[in-house]
Amino acid sequence: MKQVEDPGTKPAPGSLSRRRGLQQGIGALLGCLAPGLWSLPAIAQAEADHSGGDPLESMQWPLLRRRFIGSEPMRFNPAVEVKGPPMADDAMNVPLIVDARGLLRQGLEIDRIVIVADRNPVQHVATFMPRQARPMLALRFRLEQASPVRALVRTVDGQWHVGHSWINAAGGGCTVPGASRSDGSWSRTLNQVQARLFPNLLEGRGARLRLQVMHPMDTGLVAGIPAFHLEELELRDSAQQPWLRIELHEPVSENPLLTFEFEQRPPGPLMLLGRDNNGNRIEQEVR
Amino acid sequence: MRAARTTLRICCLTLCCLATPFTLAQGLPAQQKGADASRLDYRLVPRQIATDLWVIEGAVDDFSRSNGCNIINTGFIATAQGTLVVNTGPSRLYGEQQRAAIRRQTGQPVQQVINLNLHPDYFLGNQAWQDVPVQALAGTMAGQRAEGKAYEDNLFRLCGDWMKGTEHRPATQAVTPGMRDFGGHRIELLRLSGHTADDLVLIDHERSVLFAGGLVFADRVPTTPHANLAHWLESLDQLEQLVRKLGIRTLVPSHGPVVRGLEGIAQTRDWLQWLQATLRDSAEQGLDLGEVIRLPVPDRFAQWAAQPAEFVRSVHHLYPAYERQALRGPAVTAR
Repeated sequence: MKQVEDPGTKPAPGSLSRRRGLQQGIGALLGCLAPGLWSLPAIAQAEADHSGGDPLESMQWPLLRRRFIGSEPMRFNPAVEVKGPPMADDAMNVPLIVDARGLLRQGLEIDRIVIVADRNPVQHVATFMPRQARPMLALRFRLEQASPVRALVRTVDGQWHVGHSWINAAGGGCTVPGASRSDGSWSRTLNQVQARLFPNLLEGRGARLRLQVMHPMDTGLVAGIPAFHLEELELRDSAQQPWLRIELHEPVSENPLLTFEFEQRPPGPLMLLGRDNNGNRIEQEVR
Repeated sequence: MRAARTTLRICCLTLCCLATPFTLAQGLPAQQKGADASRLDYRLVPRQIATDLWVIEGAVDDFSRSNGCNIINTGFIATAQGTLVVNTGPSRLYGEQQRAAIRRQTGQPVQQVINLNLHPDYFLGNQAWQDVPVQALAGTMAGQRAEGKAYEDNLFRLCGDWMKGTEHRPATQAVTPGMRDFGGHRIELLRLSGHTADDLVLIDHERSVLFAGGLVFADRVPTTPHANLAHWLESLDQLEQLVRKLGIRTLVPSHGPVVRGLEGIAQTRDWLQWLQATLRDSAEQGLDLGEVIRLPVPDRFAQWAAQPAEFVRSVHHLYPAYERQALRGPAVTAR
């Protein structure tokens, strides 16, 4: 388990780890003393950094980047906030808040937000397409061990902006059955939806939607229990216009409780549509 | 459900932030030194609080390697007919060192051991008392059996070497609440609830001393992995009435300095009421759990031991029920 002094703090953009900073410092020194040895620091640095320039020095980052971002341009950007608890007290329900409104203030338009946990056996937590919602959400997910947790935000210009934070955990969240799976109650409540619109108190305008869909969200990593999880949810207004869309993956906690925000209260009635990976459908009016 | 619940509760009960909490009451009474981790010596020093009656106070802190997970107050009543031990600490080692400390203090053999609830630091030392009847409420015994293994694992992870060789040994005799004579002391056992489903309170009527178990914390944030706040608040009212009626002189809280025990009733009530109101209001405003754990804690609680780690844990334990109630209307009652 990797330890960091302050898991909640995001490094400044372009900041270097102590180790890499030291290596570069030594490299610069060598370069001054012996101009003929320019290649030395480059080699030393290439050997030391297996994390592809990740400020959190995660060995999983280069593969994650290739898988989710591919060849598109990407930069670490503190305008993307990822807030977890300092310590995941309950590894099956780790509260996560992702907020990319900082990018809006930079004049950017958000295409989608991909949430990943580097060291989870299933890394992909969710992909959120805000559409007419604010580019922020809160959810709970399962964490198998202490890990960087990231929001990979793609703006419509094809640029990726990555925010992250470290979450410490005792772990085990992905490989233990949830309460409703253990007591069998999931089948009585499957895909029931509870939702409520709240006035947005924090900013005095807009609206906040909190919704919970009853689902065991089995990860497939517990012996004898295949993966069984919600795959997507979409919120539409009465004119069939989509207000937001979210893809959910195995690590999202049992009975997902999601929080979204809007600049204006959407014209009701709203419909929540969705399905799980067994083809069960969700169609629920939200008032 | 059992397995999942257990894991969940364990996580919630004992995970601690590695940061050292600020506290006015940090550490131990002046004459007592803290644990010596290099020798795995808890340095247990019984302190007499009444004739025949001693307490061994734990660190006013969260579980950590530096205190060997010893944050509990244990006690014993030594009479001419024998000794009664209350709670056995967080590990085999604690039980053994507790037994040695009691032997040094009194010549009387121990006749009875009592665990006041199911939480790990009330009973993991039972291993050192296997030749003595160990009593607890029936519900406590069931909880010790169900959760004991997970408690071992969790405290091993938190306190390492201190826990070596610790295996949970649930209490062996279900105890019935009521009045009994123990070596000329009228001892009353009372079953209350709220901190857990079975909270045992022990009153020595001869000495006007009350062991409040997990219901009372002093200068330390109360823990809530098995809590029902409404029941807990009712129990605190009952305790307050008892203290007044019986003229209780010393109240031994489960955690926190014994000299502050009587104030602990009001402190614990104040915290639970604030917690309850904060969780209810937050859910009605539509806050997410991740926002609630970041809410500021009022100044009067800010200096207590295990802050803010214990507040964050309590929000994890309790807030989901308040959220469900806010989403569903008043049909579901949050605990």
